[in-house]
Parts: sequence; C-alpha cells; structure tokens
Amino acid sequence: MDFKTVREAPWAEAEKLWSIKTDQWRFQRPQTKAGKCRQCGWCYIFCPCGCIVERGTYFAADLDYCKGCGICARECAVDAVIMVKEEVP
Amino acid sequence: METQIKGHVRVLDGNRAAAWSVLLSRPDVVALYPITPQTQVVEQLSQFHAEGLLHAEMVEVEGENSAMSTVLGASVAGGRVFTATSSWGLEFMHDVLLVAAGMRVPVVMVNVNRESTSIPAVAVSRQDVWTERDSGWIHIEAETCQEVLDSIVMAYRLAEDPDVLLPVMISYDGFYLSYLSERVEIPTQEDVDRFLTPVAQTDRPKIVPGELLSFGGFTFPESFAEYRMKHCLALERAKEKIEEIDRAYHRAFDRSYGGVIEEYRTEDAEIVIVGMGTEMGTAKGVIDETRDEGMKVGLIRVRMYRPFPKERLAKALMGKRTVGVIDKSVCFGWNCGHLFMEMKPVILDLDKPIPMADFIGGLASADITKDQIRRVIKSTFEASQGKPYREVTWLILGYLEE
Repeated sequence: MDFKTVREAPWAEAEKLWSIKTDQWRFQRPQTKAGKCRQCGWCYIFCPCGCIVERGTYFAADLDYCKGCGICARECAVDAVIMVKEEVP
Repeated sequence: METQIKGHVRVLDGNRAAAWSVLLSRPDVVALYPITPQTQVVEQLSQFHAEGLLHAEMVEVEGENSAMSTVLGASVAGGRVFTATSSWGLEFMHDVLLVAAGMRVPVVMVNVNRESTSIPAVAVSRQDVWTERDSGWIHIEAETCQEVLDSIVMAYRLAEDPDVLLPVMISYDGFYLSYLSERVEIPTQEDVDRFLTPVAQTDRPKIVPGELLSFGGFTFPESFAEYRMKHCLALERAKEKIEEIDRAYHRAFDRSYGGVIEEYRTEDAEIVIVGMGTEMGTAKGVIDETRDEGMKVGLIRVRMYRPFPKERLAKALMGKRTVGVIDKSVCFGWNCGHLFMEMKPVILDLDKPIPMADFIGGLASADITKDQIRRVIKSTFEASQGKPYREVTWLILGYLEE
C-alpha cells in the first residue's frame, strides 16, 4: 500500500513540523497609524498570539498570524490602532 | 548487583505470578497505584525493588491517570514499562489509554477484572475491560496463574514488535485468580532474556535528548485517516504475531495457549461452549463429565478479544450445530453479554448460520457453578435439536423465567 504518510503514527521530526499561518481565521485586521504610535508596547503585551512586531518607529501586527481579535485596538491608549474589515478580493 | 533468577516452582496467586513475570521481563520504569484486587502486584513489585532484584525506576503516583501517563512518557523515551490496575482505576486511565494506542506506544499493563461502578461491588466481572475494548489496545485474557505469568512475558514481545507497536493489556479475573494460589513454574532469567532478545534489540522511534522528534502531532483529515488505517492494520498483524510468539514460547518453555483462542475437545464436537477466563476451567471439567455421558461437546476459550479473532473462531465453529456463549459482563443497549455480541458476526461468516445462545453469569463474583454449566450445555444441546431456545439467559435469575 502506498501511504502518503511516512511513519506508522503521528511522529514527526520537529524541524519538519508544519507552521500554520492563521491569517485565514481573520475577518478584520488591525491597522496602525504609524505617526500616532508612541511605542509604549501595550499592544505587544496584550496580543494573545504574540504576533506584534516592532517596526522601527511603531508597533504593528504580523498579518501572517494575526487572527483579528481586536484586543490591540481596544487596549491602545492613544487609539493608534483601528480594526478594518477584511474584504474578499 | 545482578541476581540471576533460577528456574523453579512456587505456589503463587495470580497477582504474585504477574509480579514475577514483570520482574523477569526487566522493565525500566514501573508506575503503580494500588486498588483491590490488584494490590499484591504493587506490593510484590515494591518488595522486589526493595530487595534489589528489580532494577527499574519505581514511580509512586497519585492516581491511575498519572500511572498510565508516566509509563506512556517512559515508553516514548524508549523504555520497557509496566503498570497494573483494576475497575475504577482503569476507567480513571481512559483518556491516556487512548493516547497510548493512538501514539502507537508499546506499553504492557495488567488489569485485574472487577465490577465497574455503579452498582458498587468489590467483586469480579469483565465489565471493566470490555468497556475499554474500543480504545485501540490489544486485549488478552488469562485463565490460570501460570498463564498470567507466561502471557505477560509474551505481551512484551508482542507490544514491542516493530510490526505491531501497540499497547497490550493482560487481564485476569479478580478474586478468582488474583487471590487463587496455584503451582507456577518460574522460568530462568536467562531463558526469559533470550526469549525477549528479538524485541529488546530492535530500535523504535523514541525521544532522544538532542534530537528532534515529536509524538502525537497534529494531523489533517487525510493523514489522520492514514494513521487510523495503519493502526487497524497493526491490530490485524497482531493476530498472526501472537500465534508466532505462542509457538516460540512453546519451543522455549514447553507451554502453549493456542494463540488467539484455545480449543478444548472441539475436533469431533457437535455443540461448542465459548467463553473466557477462569470459568473455562470449571467448564472444561464439566465438559469432560458430559463427554463421558456421550454428548459431543467442546469448548473454545477466547484469549485475545481485541483484535477479535473472527477468522480462527469461524474456522473452529465450521460444521458445528450450536454455540452456547458464557458471558461475565453485559453489553448495554444490546441486552446481552459482550462476548455474545462480538460472536454474532462470526456466526454470519459460517457456511450456514447456526443457533447461538447467551448465558450471563458470574456478575459481582457470583460463582459460575458446575450445575450452571450443565444447564448451559443442556440448553445449547436442546437448541441443536431444533427446539425453541431463549437467546439470552441470566444464569442466576432462573426465578424470573417462569
């Protein structure tokens, strides 16, 4: 029998583990206004999936992994983050 | 200090026979939590450890769920492992039993059969093990103390076989066998080592410090289905494997149990009694007596009930006239015993279907007496004569039949 899986059970070399991009889970995405961001790092602390990255003068979400929960927008003290609806292209 | 165990004969109860077998199999990690009627397994292994005979890491756990988790982890690290439990303890392990089977981890454990809650009863039946029949394990039921000892040694060779890699549960009746003392031949350490060498020297996927390997990783529908199918195929292979191992054991120790089933005087039998475990000892005696009276009756004792030996059973039942099944547990929702329910599709595999009747007995440690077995044989014989028969009879509840 020609199985596609190589091993007998779900055992896998850890370096070959799948990394699943979770951007598909999202129906809205955070948009950071770079000029407004004071780089306090509050969004970095609150982001449940840990996808906020520092981009020189401001913080923004890594959109490959952001699930669009909106916590960063809600917690931002200076309203630098707004949530924008994802449009189907 | 290395102590070589010499072959000798002892009087041992089922639990101590199990402990001796584990000692001889040289496990690396043993995690145990005591429960009636399994406690002497824990006590005896702890004593072996205290005496310096058992060179294993003994893990004192706070419950059965942790016991199974501990041996699961140790087995993933490549160790030979052991645990034992009964009844509520087995149910408390349930989720980890599923993990061990799905991750294809060789584990050998003992379950000393006991009634399951609720109705509370500190007494035997096979309700606990039959309830776990679908967890993906290999299940084997022993009849005598000697068979308990031999089955555990064979179980290590089966579980760790590269073509199998599955957890194996050896079960035997609590109270009846756990506390029954019998003559038990203890093999030499040298012979057991030699018997287990073929699997001891095989490599299997395991977690090694510094190397990257994950167990039980996330899957997608296609790979999930493939792993499930591979698990089913491994269970099918186990049926042939256990027969091979039984023959090898016979060559090494001069004892054999017939592999998946044991046939007793079936060759020329017209009616056959099918059952499991300790009550089959009583049944063999009654069959001898009934044979002397001229009735052609035989017996099949099911040893391995997961995977279910449907091929061997169908072969053994070909040409017989009726089957009487003795059950020591009830299958809720089917209004019969578990073994009867499992035997039904086997009957359909025969050239022509034959009558089969179920006899439920032995619940909550009720004796399955010689008189009851005579009744089973009589009813099964009457069914073979074309008389109407009751499909399910509760042996102890004759007064409800009027």
